[in-house]
Amino acid sequence: MQRIYLDRIAAAPLCPEALEAMLPFLRESYANPQSLHRDGQVVLEAVETAREGVARLIGAEASEIVFTASGSEANNLAVKGLALASRVKGTHLVVSAVEHPSVLNAARALEKLGFSTTVVPVDGQGRIDPDAVAKALTPKTILASVMLANSEVGTIEPVAEIAALCRARGVLVHTDAVAAAGSIPVDVAALGVDALSLAGAPFYGPKGAAALWLRKGTRVLPLVDGGVQEGGRRAGTENVAGLAGFGRAAEIARERLDARAARESALRDRLIDGVLGAFDRVVLTGPRAPRLPYHASFCVEFVEGEALLLSLDMKGIAVSSGSACSSKSLKASHVLLAMGLDHALAQGSLVFSLLEGTTAEEIDSVIAAFGPIIDRLRKMSPTYTEFLKEKRS
Amino acid sequence: MIYSDKVMDHFANPRNVGTIPDADGVGQVGNPVCGDMMAFYIKVKDDKLADIKFQTFGCGAAIAVSSMVSEMALGKSLAEAMAITNEKVAEELGGLPKNKMHCSNLGADALHKAIEDFERKSVPGAAAAPSAAPDSGHDDHDEECACPYCEGPVEGLDDVCACRHCEIDLVECPSCGNYTNKADAACVSCGAKVAG
Repeated sequence: MQRIYLDRIAAAPLCPEALEAMLPFLRESYANPQSLHRDGQVVLEAVETAREGVARLIGAEASEIVFTASGSEANNLAVKGLALASRVKGTHLVVSAVEHPSVLNAARALEKLGFSTTVVPVDGQGRIDPDAVAKALTPKTILASVMLANSEVGTIEPVAEIAALCRARGVLVHTDAVAAAGSIPVDVAALGVDALSLAGAPFYGPKGAAALWLRKGTRVLPLVDGGVQEGGRRAGTENVAGLAGFGRAAEIARERLDARAARESALRDRLIDGVLGAFDRVVLTGPRAPRLPYHASFCVEFVEGEALLLSLDMKGIAVSSGSACSSKSLKASHVLLAMGLDHALAQGSLVFSLLEGTTAEEIDSVIAAFGPIIDRLRKMSPTYTEFLKEKRS
Repeated sequence: MIYSDKVMDHFANPRNVGTIPDADGVGQVGNPVCGDMMAFYIKVKDDKLADIKFQTFGCGAAIAVSSMVSEMALGKSLAEAMAITNEKVAEELGGLPKNKMHCSNLGADALHKAIEDFERKSVPGAAAAPSAAPDSGHDDHDEECACPYCEGPVEGLDDVCACRHCEIDLVECPSCGNYTNKADAACVSCGAKVAG
């Protein structure tokens, strides 16, 4: 059976160009980029080329890029590193309720060190209100962290507005752009932030290669102390092959950004229109616009998300769910709950995230497969039976 | 795969799905807020389970467990059906992932509740006794000290409660009084903010 992979928010395939860029550093070019000999210098050049590629994708300078091993690490370095470096100025942080766990839990970890956090709520579309962020600022606030786009519901946040309000109050702003960078235009100057996290995997780079962009002159306390790598901001021998692939994927993403986004958003709309048009009591989570071009997410009433996920999987379709039962921790998605979704409805969460190679035929077969799956699970759902009974009476 | 072939078979082809309008006993456990809800309907003839039907809102494990429980109990005597344990159900399914073991509790519990409902109704003059018929409300928390995730027993007192099945620490929600995961920011039952 031909598989249809619509789980880009979990992992995307490596593009051939990135793979090619990686191979020399898994084979003959094994030297340490910090070595002064010729072998090392060749490898260092590759790391710096990658740094330039990543910097260009977000309109930054190469020297402002700190490579990390994951988006989570970049978020941790931003939240903890910026807060700890600014501790003398204050100990208060502001984050949104829909941030990635690597931001929320980093803030929570800082609370044990004497920091306090204000979590700003979102509206029913998952959107952060810039005024709510401004209201949360205190004289002790040193950092606000708000994501650029949400991977669970596709919402694109008004980061530039938030950053302007925060910077006017002398508060540093970090944005987690892991779900956004490489898929929508990201320009650090236009956003007006001080720090930005991105990872290569969502735009067809390898896993294990990510970066934190830090505005020139921004002080950060390293999470990993050691040698001089990454300008002393992140010690440890570089993941050269990964970085080479990350850099190349960033170059390709920059070249094809508009073409990819146009294609993906057309297919996304085909999927959203198809699903909402064909099935009753299925809601789109997050807004129609502005929305990540590759992202369509729904909640199906009266059924549970893991059961939907498994049923689609049996039909060869790979997706994600934010339901409690599909998570190892058995917790419902904090994003859906923050949006005010009813707990029962949040259980029916399903996220389709499209790839560059996704076709209209694939989208149509997903919609065709989805109907019988919803019907089958609803037929065995006591809450649906109850709903039908109430409807009749 | 996170699930055994047997679990996937029962999930894909669940046995005995449905309702029995004139059931002799009905048992319902869980609620959609917790993620799983099961309703069992039974017909009893000569002290044996002549028919069993179920409906389940829940994950793959929850559906497979309901199906397996119905298969294990069908045709058995009431005493035999009452002896079906959570462990036996999980064993028959070729095992369940650790974090899904609570689903097997729900299946056996729902069946046992249906049998208890039948026994209550069959006592002469007990017609006015409260029925365990399904309702759509979230009021299944009347049993004190039940874990909101698996309905299992909660160990400990006050702010040091824990559910051994789910391996989570529980706190009482200041808003609704039900137990909720200590690590969560919001109460699982009412959504109120739980001070961490």
